[in-house]
Amino acid sequence: MKLSPKFAIFAVAMSLTITSAAATHKTVSTSDPASYVVDIRDFAFSPRTLVISVGSKVTWKNEDEEPHKLAETNHAFMSPPLDTGEGFAYEFRTVGKYEYFCTIHPHMTGEIIVESK
Amino acid sequence: MPKSIVYDHNHDGIDRRGFLECMAWVGTGVLCTLSGGVLKSYALGDVGRVAEDLAKADFSFVQLSDSHIGFSKPANPDVSATLQAAIDKVNALPTPPSLALHTGDITQLSKPEEFDTAAELLKGLRTNQIFFVPGEHDVLDGTGKAYRERHARNPTGDDWYSFNFKGVHFIGLVNVLNLTAGGLGNLGPQQLQWLERDLSNISSSTPIVVFAHIPLWSIYPAWGWGTDDSAQALSYMKRFGSVSVLNGHIHQTMLKVEGHITFHTAASTAFPQPPPATPGASPGPMTVAADQLRGLLGITQVNFVRGKHALAVTDSTLAENGSKENRL
Repeated sequence: MKLSPKFAIFAVAMSLTITSAAATHKTVSTSDPASYVVDIRDFAFSPRTLVISVGSKVTWKNEDEEPHKLAETNHAFMSPPLDTGEGFAYEFRTVGKYEYFCTIHPHMTGEIIVESK
Repeated sequence: MPKSIVYDHNHDGIDRRGFLECMAWVGTGVLCTLSGGVLKSYALGDVGRVAEDLAKADFSFVQLSDSHIGFSKPANPDVSATLQAAIDKVNALPTPPSLALHTGDITQLSKPEEFDTAAELLKGLRTNQIFFVPGEHDVLDGTGKAYRERHARNPTGDDWYSFNFKGVHFIGLVNVLNLTAGGLGNLGPQQLQWLERDLSNISSSTPIVVFAHIPLWSIYPAWGWGTDDSAQALSYMKRFGSVSVLNGHIHQTMLKVEGHITFHTAASTAFPQPPPATPGASPGPMTVAADQLRGLLGITQVNFVRGKHALAVTDSTLAENGSKENRL
């Protein structure tokens, strides 16, 4: 589907709003599939808890000077080691609660809650 | 006058007074002796008082740690140069150490070329043998393949090992694999079983030196600075008269005495990290002014005196004078 320029600008604005919200709030929620960013900064995931609709994609971006590596506790996903500035994306196709941690610094934990549309 | 420090009143690893005193040692040259379970620390201006003891040492060894070869961020753009400075510092000792321990995080990202660079530099270390244990940065693939290919004592088996040297029993432990969400360092039941068996053949009068990457005492769990099952490991060592536990990971020197067990963490050769619980800080690289960096990096030298159950631990920085006096 080809998007009209007006819609495209709206979509970008929405995306920026979501990203901004993700950076400042502990929990983020929306009812439509979308793309989200979880920042890895100062040895913490921000937001630590993210609520999304099934089909959404989450990208983690490492802003630390240390490498981090993500693993979901039930092995749903695992990232390669992420050096500074590197990212990892995963699309959540199944409803559920996904708890994950950094395998290098396991005190860093986070969760993605995937809800039906 | 030399000052005795014995603390851990709350069994939480450290008290405020002890913490402040430990932190005063960061970036300084300090010599410590252990005798009969009591630790004495000396500012380097007082070293003459124990020089005689050091001269009687049967042998000495050095500990290097956290070299992070491959790291190139502002906290230290040239970690090879500072590892070389650490090697030069060891090579300048009046008596070459009999052996060296590297307590992990040899590399930043477990890359083969990083291991190779470290190995090439460490070839220049004036000692007979270097013993390694991995840090979490050396096993980023989750298996430690690149580390094991180069440094494992038993390439087809487990990574932990022990050996005897001139009457001292050395034990290298691995606590950076199979970490779990929300947890700390981990030894695991298999390694603990091995450790119990290994120690069962050793007489209680034998000095024990344990080395592992992540501290085996709880320094600051909120930053992952501890090992979940270390209490079990340490329980096997209670009958021994002298146990020294040498760790890295936290990029700063700290000491604690608990009964006959002395815990010591070494400085990094690469970059400093903030003191635990520093407000607003995280357990990552700490950028300091370029002219201060080498004063926060360092090496650890240990002298063993036979028959006295005494280990003398000296931390030296990589700064030019390396012996900045700090009254404790």
